Amino acid sequence: MKPRVFTQWTPPATAVPAANLAQAPGAALRAGGPATGRGRLAARNGLSDRALAWLFVGPTIVLLLAFNIFPLLWTIYLSFTNFRANRPNAEIGWLGISNYQRVLNDEAIWENMRTTAHFLCTSIALQLLLGFALALLLNRKFRSHSFWSTAILLPMMLAPAVVGTFWKYFFEPQYGIFNAIARFFGASGNFTMLGDTQLSPWAIVLVDTWMWTPYVMLLLLAGLRSIPPYLYEAAEIDRASEWTKFWRITLPMVMPFIILALLFRSIENFKMFDLVDNLTNGGPGSVTELASIHLKREAFEKWRTGYSSAFAIILFVAIYGMSLVTVRFLDKVKQR
Amino acid sequence: MSNAKSTLRRLLAGAALGLTALGAQAQDKQLTLCWAAWDPANALVELSKDFTAKTGIQMKYEFVPWPNFAQRMLNELNSKGKLCDLLIGDSQWIGSAATEGHYVKLNEFFDKNAIKMADFMPATVEGYSTWPKGTKNYWALPAMGDAVAFTYRKDWFARPELRAEFKQKHGRDLAPPATWDEFKQVAQFFQNRTIDGKKVYGSALYTERGSEGITMGVTNAMYAYGMEYDNPQKPYDMKGYINGPGAVKGLKLYKELYDCCVPPGHGNAYMTEDLDAYKSGQVAMQMNFIAFFPGISKDPQVGGEKTGFFPIPKGDKQHAQLGGQGISVVKYSDKKDMALEYLKWFAQPSVQKKWWDGGGFTCHTAILNAPGFDKSTPYAKVFLDSMKMVKDFWAEPSYAQLMLAMQNRVHDYVVAGKGTPNAALDALLKDWVEVFKEDGKIK
Repeated sequence: MKPRVFTQWTPPATAVPAANLAQAPGAALRAGGPATGRGRLAARNGLSDRALAWLFVGPTIVLLLAFNIFPLLWTIYLSFTNFRANRPNAEIGWLGISNYQRVLNDEAIWENMRTTAHFLCTSIALQLLLGFALALLLNRKFRSHSFWSTAILLPMMLAPAVVGTFWKYFFEPQYGIFNAIARFFGASGNFTMLGDTQLSPWAIVLVDTWMWTPYVMLLLLAGLRSIPPYLYEAAEIDRASEWTKFWRITLPMVMPFIILALLFRSIENFKMFDLVDNLTNGGPGSVTELASIHLKREAFEKWRTGYSSAFAIILFVAIYGMSLVTVRFLDKVKQR
Repeated sequence: MSNAKSTLRRLLAGAALGLTALGAQAQDKQLTLCWAAWDPANALVELSKDFTAKTGIQMKYEFVPWPNFAQRMLNELNSKGKLCDLLIGDSQWIGSAATEGHYVKLNEFFDKNAIKMADFMPATVEGYSTWPKGTKNYWALPAMGDAVAFTYRKDWFARPELRAEFKQKHGRDLAPPATWDEFKQVAQFFQNRTIDGKKVYGSALYTERGSEGITMGVTNAMYAYGMEYDNPQKPYDMKGYINGPGAVKGLKLYKELYDCCVPPGHGNAYMTEDLDAYKSGQVAMQMNFIAFFPGISKDPQVGGEKTGFFPIPKGDKQHAQLGGQGISVVKYSDKKDMALEYLKWFAQPSVQKKWWDGGGFTCHTAILNAPGFDKSTPYAKVFLDSMKMVKDFWAEPSYAQLMLAMQNRVHDYVVAGKGTPNAALDALLKDWVEVFKEDGKIK
């Protein structure tokens, strides 16, 4: 078979180093400049580089506009109206910022936000703590290391709805395995995690931690493995203690990964729905009703589309703001 | 060779065309009926085979489990979907479905085909078919009569040692409770008792939070002490009715029953959970819709002579929460004529008789008033008695908002133990006033 010959684009002989150029090589091409090299090739086939670029990027942009940007804009519009999706024939009235005022003055919403904050803070703190401990453990070589690494990752491979459902059975007061263990350690016969208003917020934290600690562990393990060994070797020479090595080398080097884990888990837990919906459905009473569950009930059970759109926008802004702060912090940590 | 090939091609094309045409024809002569996935739906599948045999119209079914039924079907209607030609929808949907034009109005069709609403039990016509309430605008044919009632373990109630102990303790026989006070006594008597080496509990009640469960349960106790949704003389005037002393008393009683007499972890239980608790021999009594009673009657573990049935107990008054549904023709269907033909067939007394015999719950008075009906099954009398005293939740277009507000307020008090019954009902009144204000029904 005759090997194919590809022509490599080479800069003109008079070319100066890229750093000295006002424009990087190829920029003229990207800007649709004189057709040379690949540009000539594409032009020969009837398409300029710019057209080719649009051809590749276009479908993605169209999809992004259709499924992300348009719904977002439409939601913003609806949030200023009294529209209800179950009354398509009713006239849509403009309410101004009234929906936003009502959301922000709604006691139930603030209670949901408090529940969400409790869930978010406690579950992420536990996941970071346990995830880091597991990552430190798995960063060492020991027998059946790869088996344990895979086994620990199993929970995060399951669907959250499935996890919620089977933990519901684990917590079942009469035949649940969790309750059997609790009874073994002295809990009363009527002990119930999901039916108790004090314990059920912890039940959702426990299940979320069980499911997502492996994910945090994976991120932090990647961080640990990226630390150059010579840092530890230098510390050894300086007779640094294990604690000093951890505090001065491990933690600062892994910090960007910790912040990344914090960012990903915060976003995920802020919009957590399926796991909690299947586990407690927001109950007992409304002690585990997260903001996302409340939003779903307002939007698709009560059909208050305008009101729930306002709530969704407020949640979106909150998540966006939270992420922005975390990303800025991440940049600062990286610059240190 | 080329001739043979071309002949073969023509034959294949012809066969494909023929098959497509047959398929299309079969689809044309096919109706889709949507309902909840439960025992009566299976009975309807059997019954509808007669319709197919008579008309040649094939029946296809879309049965959705109860917890998702309302959301799935209401989404379908709101999006003007063509999935369902016929829909057996919940009684509370009628206001919204009529107002938004999801259902075909049936008055003209009934008149033309001599289907008389007077032939159906009045409570079911009012509950399942009419909107606005009190008018003669019909949007559905009463299909499945239902109400909340109780089952009890007849075999446990008959045990001499238990009977003796109960009589000694309460000075009366251990029998199905007639009043809510008696109900509490019996439930407490069985709570945490060991029967056949197994710990058992008083009663399975409705406590579900997500859809309508706890409301379908608690209202039975609230009606018993005089709760009304609004002033019968002045619609939407709810102050002193939904939060009146009777309503408070009923709610408090339900909380006491929840605290004293349900199995552990029974804080989010509806039809299925109650059935499970009863069929697995955990509870002496079970609150549930009568529609489940044929299945319980035939159950190998608790059926036959082991189970008895009784209606909702009395307080100062006696009312049972209405369940059940009417069958409607969906306006967006392309097969409305065939769907109406199904309704015409279904309304016949002979079909209604077969419906009851097969495990469905007819609303047709010709069957219900026939001699011997109350003895035709062990639960027939409870069905008849209950249907005479039913009351229904709001059927307003905003019923979902009204329902979820009640679910939240009542669950917060009964299950989570937050606040007082007065505070819960005052908050509910506030929620409902806001809903009706939004609807422009009150100022």
